[in-house]
Amino acid sequence: MFEGPGRCPACRRPRVVTHPELFDLTIAHMDCDAFFASVEKRDNPELADKPVIVGGGKRGVVSTACYLARIKGVRSAMPMFKALQLCPDAVVVRPRGDAYAAASRAIRAMMDELTPVVEPLSLDEAFMDLSGTQRLHGAPPAVMLAKLVKRMKDELGLTGSIGLSHNKFLAKVASDLEKPRGFSVIGRAETVDFLRPRPVGLIWGIGPAAQESLDKAGIRTFEDLHRWEKQDLEDRFGGMGTRLWHLARGEDARRVSANAPIKGISNETTFHEDTSDPDILDGHIWRMAEKVSGRAKAKDTAGRIVTLKLKRANHKQITRRHSLHHPTQVADTIYRTARALFDQVEQGQAYRLLGVGLSELSPASEADREGDLLDPDAAKRAEAERATDRIRARFGSDAIMKGRALR
Amino acid sequence: MKFSIERGALLKAVAQAQSVVERRNTIPILANVLIEAEGSDVQFRATDLDIEVVDRAPAQVERAGATTVSAVTLNEIVRKLPDGALVTLSDNAQSGRLTIEAGRSNFSLATLPREDFPVMASSEYSANFGAKAAVLRRLFDKSKFAISTEETRYYLNGVYMHVAERDGGQVLRCVATDGHRLARIDAELPPGAEAMPGVIVPRKTVGELRKLLDEDDMEIAVSVSETKVRFATPAITLTSKVIDGTFPDYTRVIPQGNTRRLEVDAADFAKAVDRVATVSSERSRAVKMSLDEDRLVLSVNAPDSGAAEEELAVAYGDERLEIGFNAKYLLEIASQVDRENAVFLFNSSGDPTLMREGNDETAVYVVMPMRV
Repeated sequence: MFEGPGRCPACRRPRVVTHPELFDLTIAHMDCDAFFASVEKRDNPELADKPVIVGGGKRGVVSTACYLARIKGVRSAMPMFKALQLCPDAVVVRPRGDAYAAASRAIRAMMDELTPVVEPLSLDEAFMDLSGTQRLHGAPPAVMLAKLVKRMKDELGLTGSIGLSHNKFLAKVASDLEKPRGFSVIGRAETVDFLRPRPVGLIWGIGPAAQESLDKAGIRTFEDLHRWEKQDLEDRFGGMGTRLWHLARGEDARRVSANAPIKGISNETTFHEDTSDPDILDGHIWRMAEKVSGRAKAKDTAGRIVTLKLKRANHKQITRRHSLHHPTQVADTIYRTARALFDQVEQGQAYRLLGVGLSELSPASEADREGDLLDPDAAKRAEAERATDRIRARFGSDAIMKGRALR
Repeated sequence: MKFSIERGALLKAVAQAQSVVERRNTIPILANVLIEAEGSDVQFRATDLDIEVVDRAPAQVERAGATTVSAVTLNEIVRKLPDGALVTLSDNAQSGRLTIEAGRSNFSLATLPREDFPVMASSEYSANFGAKAAVLRRLFDKSKFAISTEETRYYLNGVYMHVAERDGGQVLRCVATDGHRLARIDAELPPGAEAMPGVIVPRKTVGELRKLLDEDDMEIAVSVSETKVRFATPAITLTSKVIDGTFPDYTRVIPQGNTRRLEVDAADFAKAVDRVATVSSERSRAVKMSLDEDRLVLSVNAPDSGAAEEELAVAYGDERLEIGFNAKYLLEIASQVDRENAVFLFNSSGDPTLMREGNDETAVYVVMPMRV
């Protein structure tokens, strides 16, 4: 084994990436290597040579395992007891969300310097579209991306892997090819041949259920997928079929979209038949409020503006909104506000659609902190709702529901 | 119509008119002030259909008559005229214009016919009484901060003025609340007010009324019916519809059993709250009060912006308590205290807290705590 500038001093892998299309590709995916564990190792040098598992807490599952632990077979989302069976000498560290968020922000700032089009997928991975940045930086995207991972290593002590290709799907596949500290390129010319022998599970968004239905159709690899006509895939898999047909050919038209933070949460329902019955409409208001509240709770967010949307039989749309003093995520508050808005619109009309929305979002920690002097029962109802949430978390969403949701 | 009037008197009357007129201007004539000259008086009348204000000013009337012009434009003109100027207003029936002359300035404004001006129907009042300006000023000034702006609870968009029982006697009482804080202010019941129906005086009316109350000893004639309220000085009459709704039963909101007593200098307290709240998140403005024997620690801990803490020497002898409030609400109630110490009465960190000035039961504030 020889030392030299062409090999990585840490892993001795060849460091030179050559590819005929190297300087023409602009869509990149950056994925940090064992992000949480790497932050822990960076902040506590004693952990550097030990297998580290970040996780624990209430659910007792592995959040991230460092590569030393992964060698023993530890994987993300694995129950902690099983992880410790596989790797008994692992150091288990409780997640420190603030530290990860800070590291993520620092990486994001570096990516923002490369291109305005950064689409974060989570704290530790993001898509970047570097089209048209060559003149700005005086260097092609590939060079700038190599500089990015070097800066991450030098300034933040964190490593990441880069995938560079001509669309999002392939960029994401590429970043995973040589982890950790990888830099992989998939060019247009070899796209189809590259994919052909690989399993369709490579496709982001194909979970166990989709995998099973593909299995039943005899589709395991991209090669298998190629044998299908577009129409047949569509007939069998619907919208996903169209997408599969294109992906099989390495085509993905989704654009990298710069981070548009979620502005609001809304749910709406179209009735089987138009209705003017206030009791039925009330039931729908509750159902929609509960859905919106559920999503807000899942996203750990709350909103201050409640919107009610109604569509008449003639498709004329009415929207009403109300600003609360403080953000809420409680279904009861959302329902009561939407209901008050409903009471303000003309009564006796028949509607075909009803929707409830929550916007001007803020963190859940800001929500529902203040009671209402004139409605002392509100606190009790909110507590009842939290108890309901706990029951549903254990026994499923249909385990308990309000009478009015059944209307 | 033609009359001459001193610029200061004209400005006072027109300024009041233009603050009442309808801003949204859906009906053109509502943007106008009705000017009526007769005898040795000129009346300026403005309305938004909910409030009507009539201002009387002495003037040298040459020719009696009436017309209407834009209140905002007239106010702007008069405001820009030199102090002490004598202003002459005259209308020309042919051209339909109102001419305003002062010194070498000359203006001509479009008018609308007086017949089109909506005059609020006069009504029967079930109670008429007189009250000193200082008394009404205290009642409304100390309660208006708690008026709600929530449209869905429109019945909270005003001050509830009514006759109430306290300590076996009757008082004239003003209450306002937005569900987060409540103010309950009492005054001695003026003779003649006993039969007064309780009315919710709208926010805008409270604002207009305030302009009548600058002179402490001015006697204000108050008239109340189920649907209207009227406040009058010799020069100005303010008539307003009241909010058509039922004010909630506020008495059950006012805690009776709060025993943990904190006494603190209101000004020191307000300044400390203001200081620590500087770092609180803009939305929640949460401030934590930690009470221990004769010690109050105010603190803010906002993950995104920072933390702050300040200790105050206070009189407190009960067991330890931690309770959070919106800094804005604390500042507002603390600023109502001007003579004695502020006395807070707590129950638990989740229950409404009561605040008053010393042992003065005539001004009581309730504020809802927030989770911190």
